[in-house]
Amino acid sequence: MSYLEYNVKHTPSGLRKVLYLNWGLTLLLTAVAGVGFLMLYSVAGGSFTPWAEPQMKRYAFGLAVMFAVAVVPIWFWRNMSVLAYTVSVLLLIAVELFGVQGKGAQRWIDLGFLRLQPSELVKITLVMLLAAYYDWLPMNRTSRPLWVALPVIAILVPVALVLRQPDLGTSILLVAGGGLLMFIAGVHWAYFAAVIGAGAALVTAIFKSRGTDWQILENYQYRRIDTFLDPGSDPLGAGYHITQSKIALGSGGWTGRGFMQGTQSRLNFLPEKHTDFIFTTLAEEFGFVGAVSLLLLYALILLFCIASALGNKDRFSSLLTLGVAATFFLFFAVNMSMVMGLAPVVGVPLPLVSYGGSAMLILMLGFGLVQSAHIHRPR
Amino acid sequence: MRRPTRENAESQRRITRRGLVLGGAMAAFIGVLGLRMRHLQVEQADQFRLLADENRINIRLIPPARGRIFDREGRIVAENIPSYRINIVREEAGDVEEVISRLARLVALDPKELEKAREDLAKLRGDTPVTVADRVTWEDISRVAVNAPALPGVNPEVGLSRHYPVNADYAHLVGYVGPVSERDLKRMDAPDALLLLPRFQIGKIGLEAQLEETLRGTAGTKRVEVNAAGRIMRELDRVQGKAGADIQLSVDNALQSYVHARLSKESAAAVVMDCDTGDLLACASAPSFDPNLFVRGISVADYRALLDNKYRPLPNKAVQGIYPPGSTFKMVTALAALEDGQVDPNETVYCPGHLEVSNRRFHCWKGGGHGNVDLHRSLRESCDVYYYDLALRVGIEKITAMAQKLGLGVAHDLPLTSVAAGLTPTKDWKLVNRGEEWVIGDSVNASIGQGFVLSSPLQLAVMTARLATGRSVTPRLLKSIDGVEQPTGHGEPMGLNENHLRQIRQAMYAVTNNRRGTAYGSRIIEDAFRMAGKTGTSQVRNITTAERARGVYRNEDLPWERRDHALYVNYAPYDAPRIAVAVIVEHGGGGSTAAAPIARDITLQALYGEDPPLAAYPSKDRDRIRTQQDELRRTRPGMAGDSSDRA
Repeated sequence: MSYLEYNVKHTPSGLRKVLYLNWGLTLLLTAVAGVGFLMLYSVAGGSFTPWAEPQMKRYAFGLAVMFAVAVVPIWFWRNMSVLAYTVSVLLLIAVELFGVQGKGAQRWIDLGFLRLQPSELVKITLVMLLAAYYDWLPMNRTSRPLWVALPVIAILVPVALVLRQPDLGTSILLVAGGGLLMFIAGVHWAYFAAVIGAGAALVTAIFKSRGTDWQILENYQYRRIDTFLDPGSDPLGAGYHITQSKIALGSGGWTGRGFMQGTQSRLNFLPEKHTDFIFTTLAEEFGFVGAVSLLLLYALILLFCIASALGNKDRFSSLLTLGVAATFFLFFAVNMSMVMGLAPVVGVPLPLVSYGGSAMLILMLGFGLVQSAHIHRPR
Repeated sequence: MRRPTRENAESQRRITRRGLVLGGAMAAFIGVLGLRMRHLQVEQADQFRLLADENRINIRLIPPARGRIFDREGRIVAENIPSYRINIVREEAGDVEEVISRLARLVALDPKELEKAREDLAKLRGDTPVTVADRVTWEDISRVAVNAPALPGVNPEVGLSRHYPVNADYAHLVGYVGPVSERDLKRMDAPDALLLLPRFQIGKIGLEAQLEETLRGTAGTKRVEVNAAGRIMRELDRVQGKAGADIQLSVDNALQSYVHARLSKESAAAVVMDCDTGDLLACASAPSFDPNLFVRGISVADYRALLDNKYRPLPNKAVQGIYPPGSTFKMVTALAALEDGQVDPNETVYCPGHLEVSNRRFHCWKGGGHGNVDLHRSLRESCDVYYYDLALRVGIEKITAMAQKLGLGVAHDLPLTSVAAGLTPTKDWKLVNRGEEWVIGDSVNASIGQGFVLSSPLQLAVMTARLATGRSVTPRLLKSIDGVEQPTGHGEPMGLNENHLRQIRQAMYAVTNNRRGTAYGSRIIEDAFRMAGKTGTSQVRNITTAERARGVYRNEDLPWERRDHALYVNYAPYDAPRIAVAVIVEHGGGGSTAAAPIARDITLQALYGEDPPLAAYPSKDRDRIRTQQDELRRTRPGMAGDSSDRA
């Protein structure tokens, strides 16, 4: 048990743990969630139903989960990593077999009280597994091909399952999240250069394969790429999302139209206004100032995580905290790029703001782990 | 498992290094996102705000109220009445069939309309209102409103619909409106955007069509905020349109109604014209039809019935119908000869009952002949041979010139559909149109208004008014537009010899007031209102020699379609002309028996302004007239205290 390496005499115990929580981080998370409540209240036309109120309840539940995870010692979670990863991959397989159809993609297991999205869960369990792996792996083996191949397999197994659903957004997040963690753990630069080169080759192959028998992506995914590259080509069809999103965003101007005055979202020009595209409503109603404020809140959350990670002498804790931060970063970076027309529409929610239970619960779970690492850091 | 402290410290450094690189990369990307926001929200904000407004703001047209039409006294002839309909919006209704079945329990739904509505509901966009019941009552609307919670997506709507309160009396003059058709749109170069509104109505025929632009008005606009589905969320502002101009007709409603009633049993037409102003006081074509049927969309059966009616209710016979004028044309020939100096009024022509012209025998209507006939007697007793003789002397060109001077053969400028020009033939006309030389027999036929000569009842009334006044009176149908009085058709003197005109007028007086006149039976007893007239009987067939020999000539023995047209023109009072009247009864037989009595009744009605006293009629006719008046009073709309007076 590696925690014996450290002097854990000063690790808080019992209720005192609450005092050692990363309260700044908690406050930032709540502020971001608050922005979410405000926007959900606004897009519902000034009503707590149907979105703001359930979202608040979920956040409260999420906070409870975070605290529960935080008070459990971090070494317990490290020991659970392999199990957690295995269970989530099994759940992904179960989704293949018993999943419920939704939005053209098979993503949920209906547990009755909750629709579980294993593809969300695996984002965190993959980070846990990789952090535990590199915690266990002696440093000098980090960049050896065999020891690089193992985590790559661990990443690709869930990615393959998620792609089958098909869910391009989550696949990208998993690959990028896993890759970033390997990068932090110290895998040699050359590997990443090779992967990026191979990725470029793959993109070429994807475009070349279009319309042939061995076509790699689904037709709707090709269309989304097309409309991303030229939204004007089909402004009322597939390009509608991007065009309308940019219109709403741009019309916000410096300070926006004012709370609840966003005409584009209120008049339903915006698609998915309460989920993936909620950022456009924020940008329309609060303008550049509001949008940059949210971006700064996100940046502060990252900063708190990085600071906590770098100040933590436990390798698993550091890697896990940075991994969760990277995943969180990927969430909002991809979502914002998407709504601002910098990336194709892939279906990634804005973390803690978009309406939706699964993603929020998983992120709060992740931040619970970050808090646990923070509380139980060696002193 | 313990790790050496050195390795641990080394790994810690590496994580710190890589963590900082990652943090830097994240910060850089966040910077890119921020710059992108700046680009969209600050630099391109104006452009996007414009696009956003284009998205949400729609301009909707507000249809203007159509101009109303009044008679000369201000009684309403065409108006706009509120029309209620019930619409369903599919995406609001949810279960459309359930909503329809609930609605059917409240309001009687027409199965045909419902079928069409179901088609539209399935076919059109979910947010398009589809009419399931049109022209429902206020009570129906109230019932729907009360039950609104149980009827999601059901919206009552109020619009304006054209209504013609006096039904058939103005069907031919005012015409009717109807929905805009593809053909209407193709006809126009740049159709008003209003015409594209669903259920917008435009004039289809008659005045409604000819004065469409005047009556329509201009559309108002309102700017509305719409959602992505196109539904109106709120109104931002509106610009009022301009209602169409009201129009006042020259027609006198009471007289028009009387004329219609008087003609009702015949296929006939009558025009009453004011000799001073040219105002058409009445202009009727019988039988008529209810224009309101067309506004609603006439049923196939009703339309079929109108088309199959052998009395042809649809065309306006008063201005579109052209007939050989028969003996009513004789004034033209006589005046042409007098003006040409070819004939002295006292000179006599011997009528043996026929005239041989280039080996062809032209008969007088009176088989035995009239003997010696002068101008006066020729009109009074309508001798044909006298006019054959004049035609030979004067020639067709001068007769035609006189006809046109008197208003025949020209299309008078009236805002009505297809105003007929009729025909006053010339030698050139025949060469061009028939490819044959003019023969003298053509002139002989034309001299008594047969052959190629064709005229409408309107033209005959104009001719009569011009003979009565010596001025070129022109017909006027519009008294005022939007309160602006229109120029009258008083006309300038035609420059005809007053003495010649007097000769004609005296002869026309004798037609009705001389015991030997052809219309003596239809004379007026009241001295102040005595009339001058002329009968006409125009053949619609050639009488064969065999028929003439057998003596089968009586109209009553022929099928209706082959009987002669009966015509009568007159003006009154004789010494101070106020009105000119022309009446034609299609296949009515003789002008003196079929047309003259009608013209006499209309004349008296117009001069008295009400039912004339029986004293105005010859004593032996009074019993019959009393019965007729009683009967007509019952059939005329609006006679019970003039309830149609709403202006």
